[in-house]
Amino acid sequence: MPDGHAHAAPLDAHGHPHEPAHPKLQHHFDDMGQQAEASTLGMWVFLVTEILFFGGLFMCYLVYRWKSPSGFQEASFELNRVWGATNTAVLIISSLTMALAVRAAQTSAKRGTQVFFLGLTMFFGLVFLGIKAIEYTDKFVHHHVPGPHFHWDGQYPKPAEQFYSLYFAMTGLHAVHMIVGVGIMAVITWMAWRETFDEDYYTPVEVAGLYWHFVDIVWIFLFPLLYLIGGHFKG
Amino acid sequence: MDTITTAPTLNYLNSAHGLASWLLTRDHKRIALLYLVSVTAFFAIGGFFAMMIRLELVTPAADFVQPDTYNKLFTMHGVIMVFFFLIPSIPAVLGNFMLPIMVGAKDLAFPRINLLSWYIYVLGGLFTLTAAVTGGVDTGWTFYAPYSTASSNSHVIMAGVGVFITGFSSILTGLNFIVTVHRMRAPGLTWFRLPLFVWSHYATSLIMILGTPVIAITVLLVAVERGLHLGIFDPALGGDPILFQHLFWFYSHPAVYIMILPAMGVTSEIVQAFARKNIFGYAFVAFSSLAIAIIGFLVWGHHLFVSGQSTYAGLIFSILSFLVAIPSAVKVFNWTATIYKGAVSWDSPMLYAFGFVGLFTIGGLTGLFLASMGLDVHVHDTYFIIAHFHYVMVGGAIMGYLGGLHYWWPKITGRMYPEGWAKFAALTVFVGFNLTFFPQFIVGYLGMPRRYAMYAPEFQVYNVMSSAGASILAVGYVIPLIYFIWSLKYAPLAGKDPWGAKGLEWEIPSPPPTENFAVTPIVTERTHQYAPSREVGIA
Repeated sequence: MPDGHAHAAPLDAHGHPHEPAHPKLQHHFDDMGQQAEASTLGMWVFLVTEILFFGGLFMCYLVYRWKSPSGFQEASFELNRVWGATNTAVLIISSLTMALAVRAAQTSAKRGTQVFFLGLTMFFGLVFLGIKAIEYTDKFVHHHVPGPHFHWDGQYPKPAEQFYSLYFAMTGLHAVHMIVGVGIMAVITWMAWRETFDEDYYTPVEVAGLYWHFVDIVWIFLFPLLYLIGGHFKG
Repeated sequence: MDTITTAPTLNYLNSAHGLASWLLTRDHKRIALLYLVSVTAFFAIGGFFAMMIRLELVTPAADFVQPDTYNKLFTMHGVIMVFFFLIPSIPAVLGNFMLPIMVGAKDLAFPRINLLSWYIYVLGGLFTLTAAVTGGVDTGWTFYAPYSTASSNSHVIMAGVGVFITGFSSILTGLNFIVTVHRMRAPGLTWFRLPLFVWSHYATSLIMILGTPVIAITVLLVAVERGLHLGIFDPALGGDPILFQHLFWFYSHPAVYIMILPAMGVTSEIVQAFARKNIFGYAFVAFSSLAIAIIGFLVWGHHLFVSGQSTYAGLIFSILSFLVAIPSAVKVFNWTATIYKGAVSWDSPMLYAFGFVGLFTIGGLTGLFLASMGLDVHVHDTYFIIAHFHYVMVGGAIMGYLGGLHYWWPKITGRMYPEGWAKFAALTVFVGFNLTFFPQFIVGYLGMPRRYAMYAPEFQVYNVMSSAGASILAVGYVIPLIYFIWSLKYAPLAGKDPWGAKGLEWEIPSPPPTENFAVTPIVTERTHQYAPSREVGIA
């Protein structure tokens, strides 16, 4: 990789000689600040597309919930709120550890600290997915998975099937994002172990953190919409 | 003009050799050429389907192909032309090449993501082509449910997955452009000094990142409903097919602006360069791009006037659709005012720009017919619609694409092309296009419905004209293909600024070096400043 030493130090816009380039500076950026700003803006823009991506599903949910409120309410009773609430707590804690991991990288903390928080984040992500797997299994056992084997004892079998169609589509898409997130965390943890990050270069941790928080926030919306709304009318 | 005898010794084309240096490149200019080749291939495939359609429609009976085959032909034509040609054409080829240079950057913000977007595009294309080869799709490019989810026996999932995947290539291109424009501009290059080509690509990118995810989730839901019988859109499963139409057009109407806005950007550049005047009303033209992008998101309901949407919703969508005409007209008026009293030269890029302005005007004005609810009931799903959107997409977007390709070809390859042939081809395209599509306005108004292999015998004369025009149009597209390939080796060298145009891209060698700029440029004024405005007498 070419660096500042290879040339007779060129002058920058203010007439000062350049500092030697950071080894992580890509050739098409002027400085580390520009590179970091580009990466974070890129992730924010990507998250906007993600909002629209989930937005289509939220739209479907809205329309069908409005069409058959009682059926959706009845169907949502069959979801296990304890598991749902536990998962919500797990994700909120994982967001905390994620934020601490970013902070650790930002302040050039020891690699042990960085790896600890990143590892914890990954761990909580896996706990979430494990609980989700338990819930999905339960739905399979009780024939609440839409399709030819769907069985419903309540008053509104059709809307219930539709509710579970949306439940699986929305939580499934969310789970796919969680799996991707855990994969990203694995890479970032490995990079942290190799002492890649310090106060001059921590953009990958920050960008991965943005993604992780986003996926958490999606769940913060999914949980009340799918598990809670209308619950206190049960009787 | 100086005689140029040698190309710059080291440029992006000869700096590395071998297939791997292309397939693993992160240079935006090389990726643009990868896109150029693949987009051209898809255009040829889509064009082949178009020719089959026109051949079938020469006679009123379904004699060349069976109706089932015909359904697959127009579906594949639509899917390939929309998702694999029109949407990526100008942004991914010309935008990819020019946008970083125009903002004075060495590359796009994310070169690896740029390459990734090309691979995603190719992968999506392979899925869709597999669907075409193994039996085709017959839903129309619109994939309307419940036909697509329950009734059709064709390869809907395969084609849908192809569209889904390709959507991400478009999202990544848009993301890259937005970040590049925000973060990579050269010193002194303020927002209001940006070339209008960059403004239009910025607006296009906004649509790409806001709209494309919605079509992605929608076709994904169609595939899931078809494969797993989840009840989302199929009324038999409790779903709502109108919801599909809403979600589909929420993207697919703005997608029309993904196709036309970049062509408008190209036209703005060409008009300034060949009228030797800076644009009339820069800020209006720049903001009209954003206005089209924003209003474009609020008009999708005009596709649902006859789908059972409420009259009041229709009324609102009708009014909003009329609003799009305002920024579009601003552009047309400002191009015209730019040409007025300009030192106009009639080189081939300018011919395409003239073609664009004229044909887009017809396409846009007939769009107003369709935005009127009452009239739309009469012409809905007729050839009037076909003619309208082909005037915008072929007469507009493809004219812009060809114009831009001719304008920047010397920059991209370092060589000129035979100008005489180029003029001839531009005229052939113009004549062939109008002969193909103008009769369709008439026959559509008379009541010929779209998407049928057969039609009433009294419509035959219009259809024969259309088919004849299509073959002329095809010739018009093949001629540039030949002389562009020929020019790579045999045409005279272009030098850095063959048109005498102004702009950052014309200040660097042709073909540009890999890093674009040896020294980061410092920008002090807008592009296309050909004369002090006081001398011309126009502020």
